[in-house]
Amino acid sequence: MDLNTFWFLVWGLLWAVYLALDGFDFGACMAHNFIARTPDERRVVINTIGPVWDGNEVWLVTAGGVTFAAFPPVYASLFSGLYTAMFLLLLSLIFRGVSFEFRGKVEGERWMRFWDFSIAVGGFLPALLLGVLFGNLFRGFPLEGGTIMYGFLDLLNPYALLTAVFFMVIFLHHGLLWLALRAGGPLADRAAAAAGRAWYLVAVLLLAFLAASQAATQLFENYASRPLLYLLPLAAAAGLIRSRAGFSGSPLGAFVGSLVFILALVFTGLAGMYPDLIPALGLRGAGLTAYNSASGAYTLKVMTAVVGIVMPAVIAYQFWVYKVFSPKLTTENLKDLGHYY
Amino acid sequence: MDALLLSRLQFAVTAGFHFLFVPLTIGLALLIAVMETLAFFKKDELYLDMAKFWGKLFLINFAVGVVTGITLEFQFGMNWAAYSVFVGDVFGAPLAIEATTSFFLESTFIGVWMFGWKRVSRGLHLLSIWLVAIGTNLSALWIILANGWMQNPVGYAVRNGRAELTDFAALTLNPYGWTMFFHTVLAAWTVAAFFVMGVSAWHLLRNNRPDFFGRSFRLGAFMALASSLGVLGAGDFNGMMTAKLQPAKFAAMEGVWETEKGVPYNLLVVPDPANERNRVEALGIPKLLSFMAFKDADAEIKGLKDFHPDDRPPFWPVFLSFKLMVALGMFFIAFSAAASWLSLRGTVQRYPLFLKAALAAIPLPYLANQLGWIVTEVGRQPWIVYGLMRTSEGLSQNVGAGQVAFSLVSLGLVYAALGALGIFLTVKYAAAGPAAPAGRA
Repeated sequence: MDLNTFWFLVWGLLWAVYLALDGFDFGACMAHNFIARTPDERRVVINTIGPVWDGNEVWLVTAGGVTFAAFPPVYASLFSGLYTAMFLLLLSLIFRGVSFEFRGKVEGERWMRFWDFSIAVGGFLPALLLGVLFGNLFRGFPLEGGTIMYGFLDLLNPYALLTAVFFMVIFLHHGLLWLALRAGGPLADRAAAAAGRAWYLVAVLLLAFLAASQAATQLFENYASRPLLYLLPLAAAAGLIRSRAGFSGSPLGAFVGSLVFILALVFTGLAGMYPDLIPALGLRGAGLTAYNSASGAYTLKVMTAVVGIVMPAVIAYQFWVYKVFSPKLTTENLKDLGHYY
Repeated sequence: MDALLLSRLQFAVTAGFHFLFVPLTIGLALLIAVMETLAFFKKDELYLDMAKFWGKLFLINFAVGVVTGITLEFQFGMNWAAYSVFVGDVFGAPLAIEATTSFFLESTFIGVWMFGWKRVSRGLHLLSIWLVAIGTNLSALWIILANGWMQNPVGYAVRNGRAELTDFAALTLNPYGWTMFFHTVLAAWTVAAFFVMGVSAWHLLRNNRPDFFGRSFRLGAFMALASSLGVLGAGDFNGMMTAKLQPAKFAAMEGVWETEKGVPYNLLVVPDPANERNRVEALGIPKLLSFMAFKDADAEIKGLKDFHPDDRPPFWPVFLSFKLMVALGMFFIAFSAAASWLSLRGTVQRYPLFLKAALAAIPLPYLANQLGWIVTEVGRQPWIVYGLMRTSEGLSQNVGAGQVAFSLVSLGLVYAALGALGIFLTVKYAAAGPAAPAGRA
């Protein structure tokens, strides 16, 4: 494997891990207002993601930074070409981030309600926008000299909208499984039951997404020449089956199934895009590729060394943090944390 | 207004706003780490209460700092696509390294620190706040090394129509970046130190928990003295670096129009940029400016007239910001020296006027930080990368003025609301004071 392909994979992995991790934050934010019945239960929902959401969001910052460093034209083209969409994503992430910290800081019904609303927006909007982003990436953009020739409304084509709804439902399901795992008591039971129902929607949308990808994109051209790639959608399907709340026997198993599903699904799309990072609409390999848009070999080597040393440590300590906060959180033991949102 | 001006304005607003909240967290993380260390080794619960109280104020500001930081990373690509394409090979690396080495560290362990009081051992809890403090300060290093490259591009070659990295060591050892880093980080510590002093003074004036706030005041005063002295030292290096590498910026900072040798330092200067001269130059100390700039009393300093008007930075913002920043810096040293002296003798509570002054002084280091960045960034103009690429050449070509106007106005409104809320909550929790000691249990 050459350096460019390696960095294509790193780039894809950062985005995939970001979606798999912040995805359950989004889902918990979406579910927050309807799965929790009392103010205390709402606090539990927020505090299950409290210790980890910030670390999850850094995967986005890293994905952005690595796009900048390893594929500058891709970074420039994507962020300027999707200016308004990126700006809305930014705004919704800003609201979500401060909501957690500000929400519990003032006593008052209206104050709480405002931040609860802001948390819900901070769950739905980024999920939809990321879906629009990836839907269009899978489909390709009209490009002129590497510049994306799309306005905001052009982004909202049927395939991208389907992907957006798909992402939203995936993350909602993912977040419900997270709550079933991390919350305790009736809240967790309700989350597990809701996840069981949402699962059907995810499954139906997966089939619709695969069919639409076959019809509206060239994603599967690479699959024809390399049939081994079909392992990716198969892994996604296996993950999804495992995530069926009742099937796996344990909330942890279901949640891990959902993680695998999201990672494999994103790579199903990425494998179809390769070597394009920003495909040209209708023309495989004619977009901004891992070859025509990469930084020089020297920079890629430096970055390989940095990532090779640092990222294993990051993964190890983040994993440790998930373990530290694995005891179930309930309305009774919440206040034993010492500090909570 | 055109997209260029709007994009510049948006960057100024978002970067300036980000740096209203970040400096406090850079310094406060360190102070809290020190407090928790003292609590750990001295087995003194008062220090632990201090870490908790100042930690609460830290978290409010940290939240605003985190969410406004992503804007900056997105913005290079959104508004400055041509710049990003041209420099990404070099400039992207420190940003990506910042995210992997520093931002992960602080963002992950702040979760452990915040929620881990009963989940991890005291030692691991202490380690967490140190990792946060190291992460925030290391984060500043990488971001400033990236900015340092825009000020003094090194370790690159222009190939294939872009700047390509040729020497990673040169990029990370960029002397301009390092002097900027020390100057900026010590200035950030000054913000936190004055904040702690001022809030403590407010409580001492009310004789509220004098044990708690007397100790906080003293820590703040010592840190303020050390860091404001450090800012001066680093600033001296920074000035020398600027005189050598960005002579136009240096000339604007000091109001030098003619190229001369053995230039005096005038304590009073009234510039007249329209006529490219100074209306008043008085109280001059012979040859001091030459000495300060090059550590050589006879050195030549290049005047602004030697630069084509298109290559000069805007004069007034650079000149005024610099002079005011220096004056504030001197004041910080004098004030924190007095504060250290009084709190060392344990008599600070006898001087209510001094305590009131300490409270009133809280905003000043913030102001000095902003002024410093105005000198650095406005002084770099008209270049986006000094001597290599003009700001006007860096703009995204496919983003219209309307789009930028929309994002600028929305961000402006959201940031104004965030700023107001952030300040409101900081004041509210600062005034509320620490939880009563009995409440600890």
